[in-house]
Amino acid sequence: MKNLKYLVLGVLFGIILTKSEVVSWWRIQEMFRFQSFHMYGIIGSAIVVGLISIQLIKRNRLKTINGEEISIADKKYNHGTWIGGTIFGLGWALTGACPGPMFAQLGSGVAGAAVLILAALAGTWTYSALREKLPH
Amino acid sequence: MLELLRQPWPWYVAGPLIGLTVPALLLIGNKALGISSSLRHVCAACVPAGIPFLTYNWRAELWNLFFVLGIGIGGFIGYQLMGHADTIAISPETVRDLKAQMHLTDFSGLLPKELFALENLSNWKGWVFLVLGGFLVGFGTRYAGGCTSGHAISGLSNLQWVSLVAVIGFFVGGLLMTWVFYPMMF
Repeated sequence: MKNLKYLVLGVLFGIILTKSEVVSWWRIQEMFRFQSFHMYGIIGSAIVVGLISIQLIKRNRLKTINGEEISIADKKYNHGTWIGGTIFGLGWALTGACPGPMFAQLGSGVAGAAVLILAALAGTWTYSALREKLPH
Repeated sequence: MLELLRQPWPWYVAGPLIGLTVPALLLIGNKALGISSSLRHVCAACVPAGIPFLTYNWRAELWNLFFVLGIGIGGFIGYQLMGHADTIAISPETVRDLKAQMHLTDFSGLLPKELFALENLSNWKGWVFLVLGGFLVGFGTRYAGGCTSGHAISGLSNLQWVSLVAVIGFFVGGLLMTWVFYPMMF
């Protein structure tokens, strides 16, 4: 079961998101109203730790536990980056959830999260269907 | 120690742990942290409908669905098993503003029941907050090529300027909703 390790890491990730209240609409509102450092501290320190880790991996040419090369694909820019980003931001402030927290909310017992996830799937499907007609 | 685990975790504990997820995924399987992709994989698996963007070998990305399933289980453990406060201790200014501007009265739970309870699907609030909100998240993240995890955490950690553009977009959208559209709605 080679995917089991991702399940375990996902469980830990979900616990962290939940215990730090990142999965809460209240915390996201606090963030967009600049009334607490909590979310900025979390995102900022996560980036710093991620950045140092990636530098260490690259400079020491670390391999995966199975001995594979580690390579991180570069993100490519298109106009969707900012158009889609802004659309997501509107939804982020409405739902108070990015995709990860939606799944954690469902697990925590919030029934509305099932609707959020279904609606998000509909959004992703609609984007996929309209993709060729949208500016990129 | 157990009592500490039960309490809400401060940012300086949670943030670094989230950051460590980036190297953890790289070291266990050369995977880049990103969660919104899971929505695309589910669409590709369930309703591909001949759409080119949904026609690919999603089975090769199964790890991502296992990760997301884990997040759901983590939500259950973190909230139901490890315990939680009934009301999240947000700043008094936010409470004051939400009372005055959005007429919220019940501050219990992870999200306001007055907006997100299923009963709200019988009025505009449920459709805007649950349905439109979720739709914009799914549409926007795929259009932008990532969400908070893929762009903000993973992308910025790898010094991708594209991700900085995306994150600025996230905040422009979020601030517009909070400061311009919310006052129009309530």
